Amino acid sequence: METILTITNLNKIYGRKIHAVKNLSFEIKKGNVYGILGPNGSGKSTTLGITLNVVNKTSGDYKWFDGTMETHEALKKVGAIIERPNFYPYMTAEENLKLVCKIKNIPLQKVEEKLDLVGLLDRKEDKFSTFSLGMKQRLAIASALLNDPEILILDEPTNGLDPQGIRQIRDLIRIIASQGTTILLASHLLDEVEKVCSHVVVLRKGEMLYQGTVEGMLSSEGFFELQADDMNLLKSTLKKHPAIDKIINEEGKLLVYLNSVLDAKDLNIYLFENNIALNHLVKRKNSLEEQFLQLTNNN
Amino acid sequence: MKRLLSIELQKLFKNRSSKVLILAYFVLLSLIALIASLKFNIGSFEINIAEQGIFNFPYIWHFNTYIASILKLFLAIVIVSMMANEYSYGTLKQNLIDGMSKKEFILSKFYTIILFALISTVFIFILSLILGYSFSSYDEISIVTTEMEYLFAYFVKLVGFFSFCLFLGILIKRSAFALGFLMIQFIGERITFGILKKHFLSDKMANDLYDLFPLESMSNLIKEPFTRLSAISNLETAIGGEKVWRFYGVHFSEISIVIVWTFIFILTSFYILKKRDL
Repeated sequence: METILTITNLNKIYGRKIHAVKNLSFEIKKGNVYGILGPNGSGKSTTLGITLNVVNKTSGDYKWFDGTMETHEALKKVGAIIERPNFYPYMTAEENLKLVCKIKNIPLQKVEEKLDLVGLLDRKEDKFSTFSLGMKQRLAIASALLNDPEILILDEPTNGLDPQGIRQIRDLIRIIASQGTTILLASHLLDEVEKVCSHVVVLRKGEMLYQGTVEGMLSSEGFFELQADDMNLLKSTLKKHPAIDKIINEEGKLLVYLNSVLDAKDLNIYLFENNIALNHLVKRKNSLEEQFLQLTNNN
Repeated sequence: MKRLLSIELQKLFKNRSSKVLILAYFVLLSLIALIASLKFNIGSFEINIAEQGIFNFPYIWHFNTYIASILKLFLAIVIVSMMANEYSYGTLKQNLIDGMSKKEFILSKFYTIILFALISTVFIFILSLILGYSFSSYDEISIVTTEMEYLFAYFVKLVGFFSFCLFLGILIKRSAFALGFLMIQFIGERITFGILKKHFLSDKMANDLYDLFPLESMSNLIKEPFTRLSAISNLETAIGGEKVWRFYGVHFSEISIVIVWTFIFILTSFYILKKRDL
């Protein structure tokens, strides 16, 4: 698969003290939808800023596409919005997009098409300063799509939007993803990433904790919720089973975490053989949120 | 170059305040012509300014470029705010993300500066020709074309001054503070000169050093033209008892000092932009 962005051993230290990005390496492949997850201050925006030519790296390297192009030339084939939509408030939506066309050195014809895609065609004559935050964000997406980019980078695209606005942006991201555009979405909103991304990179304090598919992150062995009449007997019996990692007592139920594969059926048979009949048996997987919190707390 | 200029001019002319300021600047420039109609009375004498020889070739080149360069402050405001706005709107960041290089960004501003200086120079050239041919006592081609180096000095002066403004805009990021700093620089140069002359250096060394300061070197390019008028220089001679000799010409060394400053300002701007995390 074609590689779009390669980051190797990237470091960023702000003012000699704050180590915002620590030895980060990952690759973005064509056609996937990536989520960069991390709490606030985990180095997401800094990493994107470096690859987008607005923040200077301290050490390490990154390359766009096959690395033969200068960064600013490569960026003409990238669409990116970071943090908040930045446009000239005194220009209309259309004028702002035309300016971006001039910067990217592309013909002006796409302006109408992209305004239509984000539902702003009827507001094209209006000044940017009159737009609501949701409209500004959609204009930013239109602007990022002007050159039909190889990759679309979105940094917290739903930050500060109302539920309708969030929904609109999410739908847009899905439409764009379905057209085969590679997307890199940085967010701390986990359900957002879970809903639209196929791959995730998890950061905490500038370090990478996980890189892989969303599926892979969720499909650790999972856990059971159990309840029986004699909870003490249940607990002591479970402790003898080799596939069981740890047991947590929560609200009258036992949460049983596994260290290898174990089917609900087999667990049930094992307990029955030990004279325990269960009142409650559920096998669950962590949601991305639980998984993420575990990952970022454990290490 | 055409692409960079068209980007920058769109940013400028879609903005109402800079449009108004630029327009006001050119209107004020053409108002130099109104000096011709100034008349005032001293006792029973009626003095008509236009007849005092200010519009005589070749003196008019000196006089008009001097007056016109006072008005450059209007464009200075436009240039400082065009840079400061890029910071406050976050569009500097966005332009870079959209694929403009930092070098292109500085160049697009610098080309605009050159364009402003060039248009001002051409404007003053035409205005002076018209005024000169209407009022000058001499209009032989050989006299008309002498001392046209003042136009070149005017051009260099504007480019240097605007580059300084651009540099301040990039360094300070806020237009009000940048303009404030410009004032401080102006006063600071004088105070430094005074202190150096009084306490540290000989008069000659202090004077030579003073000529190297950025704002002073720019103002040296076109010296004040008033004492050159025969009426005023006669007055001076009458009061002082003897004729005061001054040099009014444009010196090559002065031109080169300003050109060196221009390079320093533009290259430092580029360096700042390159080193800064936006």
